[in-house]
Amino acid sequence: MTAFPLIRALDRGTTVFLALLAAIAIAVPLLNLLVPATSPFHLSSYFVALFGKYICYALLALSIDLIWGYCGILSLGHGAFFALGGYAMGMYLMRQIGTRGVYANPILPDFMVFLNWPELPVYWYGFQSFPYALLMIVLVPGLLALVFGWFAFRSRVTGVYLSIITQALTFALMLGFFRNNFGFGGNNGLTDFKDILGYNVQAPGTRAALFAISTLALMIGFLICRAIVASKLGKVLVAIRDAESRTRFLGYRVESYKLFVFTLSACMAGVAGALYVPQVGIINPSEFSPGNSIEAVIWVAVGGRGTLTGAILGAVIVNYGKTYFTSGPLAPYWLFMLGGLFVAVTLLLPRGIVGSVQHWLTRWRERNPGEPSPAANGAAAGSPPPPEPAARPAE
Amino acid sequence: MNDLTAGSMLYLDGVSVSFDGFKALNNLSLTVAPGEMRAIIGPNGAGKTTMMDVVTGKTRPDDGEVYFNGTQDLTALDETQIAELGIGRKFQKPTVFEMHTVEDNILLALKSNRRPRATLFWRPNGEDDRRIDGILQIVRLAPLRERIAGSLSHGQKQWLEIGMLLAQEPKLLLVDEPVAGMTDAETRQTAELLREINRDRTVIVVEHDMTFVRDLGVKVTCLHEGTVIAEGTIDQVSANQRVIEVYLGR
Repeated sequence: MTAFPLIRALDRGTTVFLALLAAIAIAVPLLNLLVPATSPFHLSSYFVALFGKYICYALLALSIDLIWGYCGILSLGHGAFFALGGYAMGMYLMRQIGTRGVYANPILPDFMVFLNWPELPVYWYGFQSFPYALLMIVLVPGLLALVFGWFAFRSRVTGVYLSIITQALTFALMLGFFRNNFGFGGNNGLTDFKDILGYNVQAPGTRAALFAISTLALMIGFLICRAIVASKLGKVLVAIRDAESRTRFLGYRVESYKLFVFTLSACMAGVAGALYVPQVGIINPSEFSPGNSIEAVIWVAVGGRGTLTGAILGAVIVNYGKTYFTSGPLAPYWLFMLGGLFVAVTLLLPRGIVGSVQHWLTRWRERNPGEPSPAANGAAAGSPPPPEPAARPAE
Repeated sequence: MNDLTAGSMLYLDGVSVSFDGFKALNNLSLTVAPGEMRAIIGPNGAGKTTMMDVVTGKTRPDDGEVYFNGTQDLTALDETQIAELGIGRKFQKPTVFEMHTVEDNILLALKSNRRPRATLFWRPNGEDDRRIDGILQIVRLAPLRERIAGSLSHGQKQWLEIGMLLAQEPKLLLVDEPVAGMTDAETRQTAELLREINRDRTVIVVEHDMTFVRDLGVKVTCLHEGTVIAEGTIDQVSANQRVIEVYLGR
């Protein structure tokens, strides 16, 4: 019974997409570790680390698409949940350093020794244990989202007002984490990690494994999202997105639905952040900066909101573009290009890349009835396309 | 609560609502009997929609009593709780879920467990299919089952919304201007549809179209400035001097 929504989610498009991700999860580490560096098929460790980072961003984008694309909750503070998951992982990694730190203190991380702290703060207890850290990675963002969402949704804060308070949330957390006495390393954050579960975080093997695990997490996240949007609950979410007050008059408790997806989405963002930290080797308060959260929303808009696959593609494409352009002579212009991209997508492709392709395929099939439907469309079959951004349901 | 409320489906007594000093409802009293169909008319701003807002929990009255089914105090409940009690509402502007198919619109409205866990684990079943079929037959949308609701005509959307109301299996239906923007043929069909629905449910219809109200052939209440100025058959009400003055005469 419990497994049923997961099985139903497996339509052809979903299966194809999952198979593709699985192939990437296996092939990339193999091409990195087993193929000699001289071969043209070899993938460098730089490439693995870079794309591992993109995969984490893709999971963050997926979590945003679930609430924005399907339930109309535009969170401009999702980076906060990502960063909290990252900090939980960072705390575990800090505790693993032990006596290898600069000050060789077996318990206290370096920054605490430097600040002359006599002992470990209570909230750092337990983070030497990996299972405990895993629990916190999901629990801390989830709990914050639950409490925040409970107040916001029960008070019927919607639309732009909700977006603004989510920005305030991440901004407040950023200011907090910048403070040294907050106990998370102040503006330097947590870094200088040595190993994870006994494996050196810098080693190619560990990096390849982290890449594979991140991709696996993305697959699980994608499957969960598909299961949700393909269920009747998913239909209720779309109903809330398009006509919230109508849904309420039908007898649905809108705030419970919003709270459910918002909390789930925050947990997914937390997992994404936790996988991101060992791959980039640092977590600091700048991850909370409002700009990061807005950028993540842009990835979803570019890929196509309300499509799930679009969020993943958007995150990878935009971030690849960012890496490509910021490492060349065009670097000073990247922010203009990002802004231009957002304007261009809003004006020319309001449905995003995947959303537009789906739209064209649907139109093509309507004009050619009887033809077999193209396989590519299956990826989002059953998910109704979101309205264009300008179309706000008047109620 | 007193004896008057006991035998009524909907009982409003001395209800007042004001917005920034403007009295939208002014000491409004109205009783609708179980199984009755009531038409409510009145000029713009008479308080017809505000009355519906009060009954469905969207607006809380400043003063007065609102009882449903003789015993339920509606002023203490919110929209969701009131919908669960069995009061369905059709809005003035057709509000269907435009991105969903006709079938899914009805499915979402079907009386069922509304909690997130129940909807997450819901699976397609013959029973729900049969209920959807039945409702689509009644509202004459059976051939359009797979269509996206956003692509329906205005009249079809109105019917779909009435179908959604029926799917909720309410005891009381509030229908706000069902024939606004409909063709004459659609208007006649809608009157017929409402009479059919009225066979086992109480219905309150707010409407401007006097031909349609005459077609329904039911008791009429005329509102003006938030209060009842006349009540009776359509002929009695349209002969009322005050009704002619404020509403029909224009």
